[in-house]
Amino acid sequence: MTLESLKKTPTKGPPPRGESPATAGGTTLPEPPPSAEKRLLRHGMMPHMLCPGCGHGIVFEAMLRALASRYEQLDDVAFVAGIGCSSRVVGYIDACTLHTTHGRPLTFATGLKLARPELKVVVVTGDGDGLSIGGNHLIHAARRNVDLTCVLFNNEIYGMTGGQLAPTTIPGAYTSTSPQGNAESPFDAARLVEAAGATYVARAQSYRTREFEDLFLRALDHKGFSFVEVMTDCTEYFGRTNRLGNGADLLFSQARVEPAIDADLAGRSTLKEVRSTPVRPVLEMGVLHESSRPTLEESMKLSGAGS
Amino acid sequence: MPVQQLEGSRAVAEAVALCRPEVVCAYPISPQTHIIEAVGAMVKSGRLTPCEFVNVESEFAAMSVSIGASATGARAYTATASQGLLFMAEAVFNAAGLGLPIVMTVANRAVGAPINIWNDHSDSMALRDAGWVQLFAETNQAAVDLHLLAFRLAEELSVPVMVCMDGFILTHAFEPVELPTQEQVDWFLPRYVPRQELDPEAPITIGAMVGPEAFEEVRYLAHLRLLRALTRVPELASEFETMFGRPLGARPGSAVGGSLVTSYRTEGATTVVVALGSVLGTVKDAVDELRTEGHPIGVVGLTTYRPFPAEALHGAVEGAHRVVVVEKAFGTGGRGFVTDDVAIALRDHDVAVHTIVAGLGGRPISEESLRRVLATAITGDLPAMSFLDLDMGAVTAETRAVRPL
Repeated sequence: MTLESLKKTPTKGPPPRGESPATAGGTTLPEPPPSAEKRLLRHGMMPHMLCPGCGHGIVFEAMLRALASRYEQLDDVAFVAGIGCSSRVVGYIDACTLHTTHGRPLTFATGLKLARPELKVVVVTGDGDGLSIGGNHLIHAARRNVDLTCVLFNNEIYGMTGGQLAPTTIPGAYTSTSPQGNAESPFDAARLVEAAGATYVARAQSYRTREFEDLFLRALDHKGFSFVEVMTDCTEYFGRTNRLGNGADLLFSQARVEPAIDADLAGRSTLKEVRSTPVRPVLEMGVLHESSRPTLEESMKLSGAGS
Repeated sequence: MPVQQLEGSRAVAEAVALCRPEVVCAYPISPQTHIIEAVGAMVKSGRLTPCEFVNVESEFAAMSVSIGASATGARAYTATASQGLLFMAEAVFNAAGLGLPIVMTVANRAVGAPINIWNDHSDSMALRDAGWVQLFAETNQAAVDLHLLAFRLAEELSVPVMVCMDGFILTHAFEPVELPTQEQVDWFLPRYVPRQELDPEAPITIGAMVGPEAFEEVRYLAHLRLLRALTRVPELASEFETMFGRPLGARPGSAVGGSLVTSYRTEGATTVVVALGSVLGTVKDAVDELRTEGHPIGVVGLTTYRPFPAEALHGAVEGAHRVVVVEKAFGTGGRGFVTDDVAIALRDHDVAVHTIVAGLGGRPISEESLRRVLATAITGDLPAMSFLDLDMGAVTAETRAVRPL
């Protein structure tokens, strides 16, 4: 799919109020619990720096919700982040957080995990950080099967530096460094990591936060290198540069990859046109790979490994 | 030529495009990115052709691709800053060792940790001895002019050249800039004829291993080649003036420029301030005030920092008995980098050399603070090393909070 096919149908504004996809077609999803996740925030760091409509905020909130369902306090969880909009969210979590150089969070996290195997380690990275400048570390962490969880926010662009071409940008897309349209093929992060030896690989999207929460919790429970790629949207640079609409347009366009939702959306005139603007190729969601083999810590016979 | 009001990054991109690079590598890092984006747009519009614009996966790849391109005889350019420069360090040394005339803009920015995107000189200072020529721009006009000089110098001497310009302070500032015409640039910068190139018709090896029997000689030859810049920079600056009708680095309407060092109000000065980059403007303002008060103080700006213009500096500070170096970086646990160079250059002089570390991580350097500190230099009360506007309250609170050393 190229950007040309995206640009044919201009997107409209957000759907009318009261017609959120959560209630579309009469399916009512349970209300989210009262914001227990707020206790896990560093309130002094607010307001956050994410742009209005940015998918990262949605994913981050879902992450916190999942963590809040599991932990009262995050004293035994260490978060490691690189550089970029995705990595920045780690600064807002009230836990042990380690902020590293661009592309290197998995290496810092490997050291951290080997020194303190009893800690739960979560790496938050982005597509530029984790697949481009740090791509080598990603495949080696997967190969070693280090027992940690890596969440890669994939918004297909370098957001923090102002919208440059990433190794995940879809063919034809316009970015500030591909004014002629992207001529390169993107990475499939999930398949790459699976091939490199990861023992849990899942893909989620910012549109379906419940599924992401579930996949993220399963990743935390998994012993070995667990990887969750989450598709999110950069409204300011990717959305605007490619005239794909605002945050809501981008979010709803993710929904059409779900057949059931797609069918529901078909009946709604305001969403019909959004339906024909696929922001991304149809990607398989959910758990893509799950297997078991000794973790690096187990192979090294470290005490506390596997806890 | 008409004077235009241009953003520093835009002005540099225009200057680079006029130099007709054939391969340009791009990896985003603030505050450099505007330059590479603007060059990319010119490639797309067809204004800069033939030119391959390559989106690479890291700064390491940016310099490595530049090396490959340069080795085939193409004119190669890239730009970076801060962590990006440090990440490409191995390839930066490699480019110099191979004698490849790559030109790179460094939009000077602090180096982490802690992460900081604002300006100081820690990045290019860390690579000052990588075997590259390092030129520092005081203004955006100087940045434009130094890029033209950089390509010419690099290709003549077979050495890579780094043009350093203060991140944000210059890269994001709009200033009046005079851009030369393509015809003028083509005259000043002839087509690149490489000394040797990778060519399937006449195969050669580049980058082979050299053992103890010859390594020292190879390094010594690189040293001699780099030192030749001290002769060629002033010669090219004079050629530049003939061609473009104004001194190298002179602001539009000004006749003051310079190539190795620039002197400002040094006549009869017993105290001379040495600095590099955009801070020179503030230093000159502070010195003007002190001159008004009757103090014999002047300024010497370093335009060429590597190779270090020791002889030119020697002449420029003649008669001074105190030199104050204002530096935007320092060796933690040591001294200022420029201070060390200045002290060695002036070792036969009876001169006291002081360091004022200022502007780290983007801390503003105000004229008032500088004037106050320079006044203490004049009265002989300035310590050998000091930090401008250091918040001692915050430092004391922190040293009390942590366990005693």
